[in-house]
Amino acid sequence: MIRTEELLLNVGPQHPSTHGVFRIVVKLDGEVITEATPVMGYLHRGTEKLAEQLNYTQIIPYTDRMDYVSAMTNNYVLVHAVETMMDLEIPERAEFMRLIVMELQRIASHLVWWGTYLLDIGAMSPFLYAFRDREIIINLFNELCGARLTYNYMRVGGVKWDAPPGWLDKVRDFIPYMEGKLREYDKLVSGNEIFLARIKGIGRYDAATAIDYGLSGANLRCTGVDWDLRKAEPYSLYSRFEFDVPLGQNGDCYDRYVIRLEEIKQSLRILKQALEQMPSGGETMGKVPRVIRPPAGEVYVRIESPRGEIGCHIVSKGKAEPYRLKFRRPSFVNLQILPKLLVGETMTNLITILGGVDIVVGEVDC
Amino acid sequence: MGAWLHDSLTWSDAVIIFLWGAVFLFVVLGFVTYAIYFERKVIGWMQLRIGPNRVGPLGLLQTVADIFKLLIKEDTIPRKADRLLFVLAPILCYVPAFTVLAVIPYTEKLYFADLNVGLLYYAALSGISTLAIVLGGWASNNKYALLGGMRSAAQMISYEVPLVISVVGVILLSGSLNLGDIVDAQAGGWFWDWNFLPQIIGFVVFIIAAVSELNRTPFDLPEAESELVAGYHVEYSGFRFAFFMLSEYVYVYAIAALTTVLFLGGWHAPAPFLDFVPGLIWFLLKFAFIVFFLFWIRATFPRIRVDQLMGLGWKVLLPVSLLNVFLTAGYLELFVK
Repeated sequence: MIRTEELLLNVGPQHPSTHGVFRIVVKLDGEVITEATPVMGYLHRGTEKLAEQLNYTQIIPYTDRMDYVSAMTNNYVLVHAVETMMDLEIPERAEFMRLIVMELQRIASHLVWWGTYLLDIGAMSPFLYAFRDREIIINLFNELCGARLTYNYMRVGGVKWDAPPGWLDKVRDFIPYMEGKLREYDKLVSGNEIFLARIKGIGRYDAATAIDYGLSGANLRCTGVDWDLRKAEPYSLYSRFEFDVPLGQNGDCYDRYVIRLEEIKQSLRILKQALEQMPSGGETMGKVPRVIRPPAGEVYVRIESPRGEIGCHIVSKGKAEPYRLKFRRPSFVNLQILPKLLVGETMTNLITILGGVDIVVGEVDC
Repeated sequence: MGAWLHDSLTWSDAVIIFLWGAVFLFVVLGFVTYAIYFERKVIGWMQLRIGPNRVGPLGLLQTVADIFKLLIKEDTIPRKADRLLFVLAPILCYVPAFTVLAVIPYTEKLYFADLNVGLLYYAALSGISTLAIVLGGWASNNKYALLGGMRSAAQMISYEVPLVISVVGVILLSGSLNLGDIVDAQAGGWFWDWNFLPQIIGFVVFIIAAVSELNRTPFDLPEAESELVAGYHVEYSGFRFAFFMLSEYVYVYAIAALTTVLFLGGWHAPAPFLDFVPGLIWFLLKFAFIVFFLFWIRATFPRIRVDQLMGLGWKVLLPVSLLNVFLTAGYLELFVK
């Protein structure tokens, strides 16, 4: 009898496919994982604690740095929470601007995911194609608010800048362009036998498990649960637009892949309608007191970020700073199912599953 | 070149043969230098990038600069590594890669060894490089390297077998293991006399198994950077690392040349009226196309999973290549005899 022993392998925090500084310690029997322990906190900056010393406008740039792939939705969840507390009226133009940038952000975020996921699976070219197309969105944001990644665009009561002249036309031109590129993506990747063999039936779980673990976003919808906050609890102006919520059936990586690509299409649909209905002029800032002091009390709001349900819980004592601020970060919650999914999988599938969850470490560690 | 090999060995002949070997080494190193440049450019263009364009005119000296950088880097050996094997592995990887090239015939006159078991020699020696990869992975005393090395061993066993069996059809058709004779058997003037059409099944299996043999995408499992960081050479740096990369590209050369010889008619022109073009040009064109094809695959495909790779090797490629042997033998028995 040959003596065999388990191999304790440390994956990350410096590993090419852990999307930043995520670390996972796995026990391997051959190439099969028998135990997996995620280790987090390498990017922890104490955003929630820092926020207690800052007034609400000052917190907005901190939210940019949480999910840095989707800063606009993070901006929104904070200002939305404060506005709900103070019962503020938002000018329609501002709300449209917010919605347009959030949907653009969703597309950009899914493109990053698509590219890096293919990179994880070993195809390099799609990554560069995705970043080419994301670049257009980033440039639009740059033109709008002067930043490419951390926008600091929204304010309590509205948005900081109105669209510069011609900006909305550029967004309009982007829609058919992106639809064409999506067809190209499908041709290049979605039918590839190797790719399908890599992701079909991998990382599977059912709807009950997904709900037990509190999953949200594509990670939940891939099991067939129809839960998209844009439809289920419409915030902003989403109730005005027609769009579908793509659902999966099998709860595997392939369904998550299909859903995310389909969500790009639906976001383009929303954008098209939003650009049509948008008022041609008007204020971009509502009437907001000079110092923002929400009344004493608590509020919890949640919206659909590209990664799932992002929530913001504010406890206010009537001061300019929050007494306590808590973010429900979808990446962090979605990650909880990972140790369960990984047992019995190979090293290769570890990367496939981890990539399929779509985490951003800035948001996991916050 | 052929004339010398058939003469009896004298001191002056020995010196000449040795010098030819040295010249050939530089040809191969030149190929590797510009194959890397070519790969980076081609893949760059396919990925909407420019590729190297800073060092030298059009970036032509980029690879030279890279190799120079590797040369002057600190040579590190991990403290817990098995020193002897760690040092031996890159050499053991490179030497067979270079020696297999001896049997490739470029034209009727230009070849370095006229071996009547040339194909067997190629298959036998190229397997040794995998041994070196396993050795390097083991000696590094690194878990990722070990996994990469083990994958490499599994991959070799799964792919060496279909690779060799897929060319049995070619051997049957030409009745020889000598690569020069195999090219001669494909003479006939037109490109449909080449082996790739009559042996289309063998050709496809050979190409797939060859890409796997080269450890290139989609079969680059031993060094899968998104899973195993760098796989078997994760602990290697400087020139030892360069030797692993060097042998990888020398094998690209070897496989491209071997494919040309076995399936694409070697130095023969694709049509009789094109015979005025020297055979070496035709050889190089076909060779360059295969090299380009290998790079093209890399820009297109994702990586296959390790168990799927073994499944493909044993369950698909091996039976298909055996079927090919059977069909070829049946054809020869029934129609040719």
